[in-house]
Amino acid sequence: MDFAEVEGQSMNLKRTGTAHLVFMVFGGLVLLFIIAPLAGMFLNLSPARLLNTAREPEVSGSIWLTLATSMGATVIFAVLSIPFAYILARREFPFKQLVNGIVDLPIVIPHSAAGIALLGVISPDSLVGSAAERIGIHFMGGAAGIMVAMAFVSVPFLVNAARDGFAAVPLQLEKAALNLGASPLRVFLTISVPVAWRSILSGLVLMWARGMSEFGAVIVIAYHPMITPVLLYERFGAFGLKYAKPVSALFIAICLVFFFVLRVVAGRKQDAQG
Amino acid sequence: MLRVEGLGKRLGDFVMDDVSFEVSEGEYFVLLGASGTGKTVLLETLTGMLEADSGRILLGGRDITKERIQRRGLGLVFQNQALFPHMTAGKNVAYGLAGRGMDKRQVELRVLELSEEMEISGLLGRMPPTLSGGEAQRVALARALATGPECLLLDEPLSSLDTGARSRMRALLRKLNRKNMTVIHVTHDYEEAISLGTRIGIMEGGRIAQVDTPEKIFMHPRSEFVARFVGIRNFFRGGIRRNAGTGQVFFESAPMTFSVTTDLDSGPGTAVIRSEDVIVSTLPPQTSARNVFECTIRDICRTRLGTEIVMDAGQELAALVTPDSVESLGLVIGGRVYASIKATAIKVLEE
Repeated sequence: MDFAEVEGQSMNLKRTGTAHLVFMVFGGLVLLFIIAPLAGMFLNLSPARLLNTAREPEVSGSIWLTLATSMGATVIFAVLSIPFAYILARREFPFKQLVNGIVDLPIVIPHSAAGIALLGVISPDSLVGSAAERIGIHFMGGAAGIMVAMAFVSVPFLVNAARDGFAAVPLQLEKAALNLGASPLRVFLTISVPVAWRSILSGLVLMWARGMSEFGAVIVIAYHPMITPVLLYERFGAFGLKYAKPVSALFIAICLVFFFVLRVVAGRKQDAQG
Repeated sequence: MLRVEGLGKRLGDFVMDDVSFEVSEGEYFVLLGASGTGKTVLLETLTGMLEADSGRILLGGRDITKERIQRRGLGLVFQNQALFPHMTAGKNVAYGLAGRGMDKRQVELRVLELSEEMEISGLLGRMPPTLSGGEAQRVALARALATGPECLLLDEPLSSLDTGARSRMRALLRKLNRKNMTVIHVTHDYEEAISLGTRIGIMEGGRIAQVDTPEKIFMHPRSEFVARFVGIRNFFRGGIRRNAGTGQVFFESAPMTFSVTTDLDSGPGTAVIRSEDVIVSTLPPQTSARNVFECTIRDICRTRLGTEIVMDAGQELAALVTPDSVESLGLVIGGRVYASIKATAIKVLEE
């Protein structure tokens, strides 16, 4: 495409102003739809009130629990999912499309239904659940159960991001490393993972953030101990909007921080590729 | 040292079939072929990145056909270098030294020694994306040499470099080879093949069409394909001589002396002339051509591209003319003619 053509295109854009103006107004409405409720949370909410809320043991406890369980779920499943994503990116095998589809399943099923399905596997009278009870892991009403629920709904994000990251690693780099005498495990750890790291990291952040905000699957398995989304729901139900709002604002603020980090990471990845 | 016997590999529509050749220790073997003739497939099969369907690969008597990639002892330098982008040049060179029972100090020493040899001492702290093509290629070469391979495989090592970097890399490769490193060099460029190879294998459609010394390949191509592919019939080994006083440059290949244009310094070399560039006349020509030889016609043969006049000018010299001119000039075997060649039509390659 030469320069004249590019210039012509941008002039066309200016001339088709009316239609595009309408589209832009639509865009503004969508943006407002997203921003207004979030901004509304913080308006009429004094910083002092927010700080007081953060000091409530029940609130801070739930926030720490949410952060810890979602991070725990991410770390535990990263160990399993990252090598799995590598296989999905590098190897051909029968029913690969089916496997890719299975990975995406948790995204499309209702999360409360996912929680109920998980119960069947981890409740104390199930095979897995009873075995876990014997070694002292209590899924029902315990942090382990919360992590299972969070992981179930958020692991597709990690697998997909890591798989795309690995697929973008030039095969020749891995071949070169093998040729230099490295074992396949060393190639994976020292070449594939570092080169795909930005994608993997954004997958990890995405999984963590998604796990943190999970409500449906968690409440089925563990109403107590209370993660923040459950606490919000309880306060709203029991005391109404006024009591639920500060906690919501606080938690949204924390989520935004992670979302910001994710965007920075993803943005840097684009820079590196460009 | 490296013996390949009846190697075959099918990849989709591409078939590499019955490839056999042998490379002895310290040899510089060039595989010459157009793109898509299977040169890279052959290299990848040798190194184990592709599994051979048939045939055997023997390295120093050891059958490595089924050996794992990491234990083959063949160092490969990729066409695009394939440097690890997240490691410094120095870490790249050291990569293959891990897990070989060397301590940190020994690894460091080896890296320094190699970087001196490959002229990359000042680059060790740099990240690969900041290196020029020639620098990256030298780092890739040092990295491949670090593991002490028995044989070095180079995939188009000069094709991505500019002229300056290319001649520097050529000099390095020659130096390596003189230190008895066995090299297999894959290229599509006949100039590279002549200038570096002690023997050349011509690849055509997944097979090896001919393996010979450069002289034999260029002067006695075994098939029409080889002749057409290399495109060079006139091939002279000799030396470049610069006349410091007049600035003239000569190429001497006794008993013939050519006036040539080249930037190369005095020293041994090869001159190649396309047969299309040799003009035949029955009378002494009055032209600007600097090189006129009186010769006897040895042979006249028709080829697909025209009629080839093979002449004796002290050495064999071939010209390609149209059948018309054979008739109008009355060229016959045994006849006396003049062959003229412009100095600029003679390509001089260093050795």
